[in-house]
Amino acid sequence: MKPASPFLELEGNPKVPVTFDGDVFELPLGANLAAALLAAGVQVFRHTPVSGAPRAPFCMMGACFDCLVEIDGVVRQACMLEVTQGLCVSRPGTGEATDATE
Amino acid sequence: MQQNDLIVIGAGPAGMAAATEATSHGLTVTLLDEQPRAGGQIYRDVDRVADKRGDILGKDFTYGRTLTGGLRASGTTHLTGAMVWSIEDGFRVSFTKDGRAAQITGSHILLATGALERPMPVPGWTLPGVMTAGAGQILLKQSGVLARRAVLVGSGPLLYLIAAQMVRAGTPPMALVETQTRGDMARAMRDIGGAMRGWPYLVKGVRMLATIIRARVPRYVGATDIAIEGRAQAEAVTFNVAGRAKRIACDTVLLHHGVVPNTQAARSLDVPHRWDDGQQCFVPELDTWGGTGVDGLFIAGDGAGIGGAKVAEMAGRIAAIRIAEAVGRLTVQQRDARAAPLLRSRASDNAIRPFLDKAYPAYQPALTPEDATIVCRCEEVTAGDIRRYAGLGCLGPNQTKAFGRPGMGPCQGRYCGLTVTALLAEANAQTPEQTGYYRIRPPLKPVTLGELAMMDTPEPDAAE
Ligand SMILES: Cc1cc2nc3c(=O)[nH]c(=O)nc-3n(C[C@H](O)[C@H](O)[C@H](O)COP(=O)(O)OP(=O)(O)OC[C@H]3O[C@@H](n4cnc5c(N)ncnc54)[C@H](O)[C@@H]3O)c2cc1C
Ligand code: FES
Repeated sequence: MKPASPFLELEGNPKVPVTFDGDVFELPLGANLAAALLAAGVQVFRHTPVSGAPRAPFCMMGACFDCLVEIDGVVRQACMLEVTQGLCVSRPGTGEATDATE
Repeated sequence: MQQNDLIVIGAGPAGMAAATEATSHGLTVTLLDEQPRAGGQIYRDVDRVADKRGDILGKDFTYGRTLTGGLRASGTTHLTGAMVWSIEDGFRVSFTKDGRAAQITGSHILLATGALERPMPVPGWTLPGVMTAGAGQILLKQSGVLARRAVLVGSGPLLYLIAAQMVRAGTPPMALVETQTRGDMARAMRDIGGAMRGWPYLVKGVRMLATIIRARVPRYVGATDIAIEGRAQAEAVTFNVAGRAKRIACDTVLLHHGVVPNTQAARSLDVPHRWDDGQQCFVPELDTWGGTGVDGLFIAGDGAGIGGAKVAEMAGRIAAIRIAEAVGRLTVQQRDARAAPLLRSRASDNAIRPFLDKAYPAYQPALTPEDATIVCRCEEVTAGDIRRYAGLGCLGPNQTKAFGRPGMGPCQGRYCGLTVTALLAEANAQTPEQTGYYRIRPPLKPVTLGELAMMDTPEPDAAE
């Protein structure tokens, strides 16, 4: 199911299936993952550990860490990743995360 | 492993120009950037997208190809997708690339890590759908993704640039809510002399505004009491203008009131910083060449103080020339002859800054926000919390850590540091200089144990 997106895509690149939190999205291969998820209508990327408040990408340049997602058990910044075939993404904390050392 | 003469961190205009210049003088140079392709913030992904969206993004964007092309032709080693998380004296640089950590060494370092957008904590700024205007621009530049119903909020030339780019892309913003006032422009006119020296910038500014006005984008100038409404997602921007309350329903809010130097790496190396009243931020203390008090360590570009892309490019080359002289590839006379024209054009390109800083000042209520507003996004610490710490005797940002967790999340204070300094300074009736800033220690960004386990170390093996 594809929710309506507040974002518009200017181009149609070849798409590949990507799973986000159990839903399958067709995202442009090689695109920035955070941008592609936003364009696909994903509005909430994660919930904060402190209050559970919803968050989504804020800076798109790797500085704010609000776009954190979990891939293969590792929490990573979606805005610093590219879409690859068959990527399986979940909200952090919903899979088995290994915490990044601070 | 080969010792580098120079390691450049950041492949924006400053880093690309520096690496290209230094390589041309015969230095062994490695350039690292966490982005997958060269360009930095202004020329983000220019090689991939100039042909597709060059007309939307404009000539100042496609110009970046001359820098990326020069870099490729120079033969500099450019490690892409390499996130630097530690720089140790000597110098040893640790980074993560492709899921594994690695180290390289070099006798000189140039930090060209650029700027961050000034944090703009207004009520509701942590809601999904609220982004920095730069983030909205990155979506358009890099990915061709545009917010359908966006309101741009704040002030400054970059806000107009992004609005103009959205107009050209066929999806104008719903409105510009601008925080500067007529009084700001009147004060700025005292610096009109400098502005006239930088007249090409003024011409560009006028053209951008004309594009916005022609597209009939509503502008609200002198807005106050800005807040974002919404439960799980931004739903509207509310504000006051000329005594009237306004509400604009929207899906996306793009915030911007200037950019400030990204000082994380420099601070981790104990480079002294001073408060710059004009730019309302901390800047590293540097000599003409970009040299810091730390031997062999240089800084160029917006990380050295905001000057924009052209100044960054020139400063990168200036630093590279000085380093080429330091390693004996240029004589002092050759260095000076080569640097002289660059130093002159850098000064003339910087002349517009005092005018811009006064005409488009930071939005005051976001520098010292009201109590309920979150200032530390990571740990959800509010302005009221920081004021309470001050009441309990907290004088500086590092002491806040004894009271709560501001600045201790993964962003390490990038989006709260200046606000925490401003709040403490105000509460304790001190200057930002006296109040200071967070102490930054590596890792500059979180590293996972898995990445460390796969560490490639330089040879001879770091004996510790
Ligand atoms: C989001 C944003 C958008 C902007 N857009 C424009 C614009 O359209 N037009 C304009 O005139 N100005 C723009 N600016 C202003 C901009 O700062 C300058 O014009 C110009 O990009 C500065 O060049 P620079 O080389 O100093 O740094 P940048 O271009 O910012 O380059 C710095 C580079 O360092 C890298 N980096 C930072 N930290 C690390 C690390 N730890 N490890 C590895 N790499 C790292 C970054 O990935 C980045 O590529 C923008 C600024 C921002 C923040
Ligand atoms: S959106 Fe800020 S780190 Fe990804």
